[in-house]
Amino acid sequence: MKIGICVFPGSNCDYDTYYIVKDILQEDAELIDYTSKDLDRFDAVILPGGFSFGDYLRPGALASKTPLAEAIVNFASKGRYVLGICNGFQILTELKLLPGALLPNENDKFICKRVNLSVENISTAFTRKIEDKEVITLPIAHHDGRFYAPQDILEEIEANNQVVFRYQGENPNGSLNAIAGICNKSGNVVGMMPHPERISEDILGGLDGLKIWHSLIA
Amino acid sequence: MNYNKSMKKKVLIMPKEGILDPQGRALKDVLNEAGFDVKDVRIGKVIEIESDSLENLEKMVKDYIINPLIEDYEVL
Repeated sequence: MKIGICVFPGSNCDYDTYYIVKDILQEDAELIDYTSKDLDRFDAVILPGGFSFGDYLRPGALASKTPLAEAIVNFASKGRYVLGICNGFQILTELKLLPGALLPNENDKFICKRVNLSVENISTAFTRKIEDKEVITLPIAHHDGRFYAPQDILEEIEANNQVVFRYQGENPNGSLNAIAGICNKSGNVVGMMPHPERISEDILGGLDGLKIWHSLIA
Repeated sequence: MNYNKSMKKKVLIMPKEGILDPQGRALKDVLNEAGFDVKDVRIGKVIEIESDSLENLEKMVKDYIINPLIEDYEVL
């Protein structure tokens, strides 16, 4: 499988993600510059975490106006797989590939900790090797992770089974319906605030992130 | 030569009504603890745009600057 990892100015989980795909999964990985327009050679594209364009204007706002972002919209429309992690999720909502928005955490603090997540949709390319309602533990590290959508859109997200991950127990950032990750209607685009690439090796204290990666390459 | 061709406009952007603004809430708490009687504080931002042509200002704001799901704007 050929997996591309998007590099925007200010992305900072790009090499972690590249390392997981190349060295841990042993798949074909390639970093993609934000000025690129052609994604035809990829089966899947990952938008990594970080602070693209310094979070200027709003997190993800400026990255969503780049040539690469436009190419990702086209790529997704062909049914290919797209995963946005943290800042990548923020970019996907700014791009309107995913509904809703990510607002500053309710306590206005940067939160860096492990959270428990219930996996609520196992039909996506990134969750198909996970048990339904399985609880997994992944780290979060963000200041703007409070999922928000107007009531009608929120109801639609729930009705379409687009909630992929929900915080279990504590809701760390005040997200509506404790939403930590969602997918688009067709399920090929997923965005999540937690970082699976940070917990995919024993030496980093856990392997739950591998469940996401093994789903992708299954 | 026309040295006054360039124009400046300000755009005010505010979080939509009903959306929690944690920065505004923190400032409100500080003001109230200082003895003022403050019911609400909301923090937005102002963007100043200088251009030779501001014909497309509304388009810039709508398509590139605001997120209409969470923000309202006003050209000042």
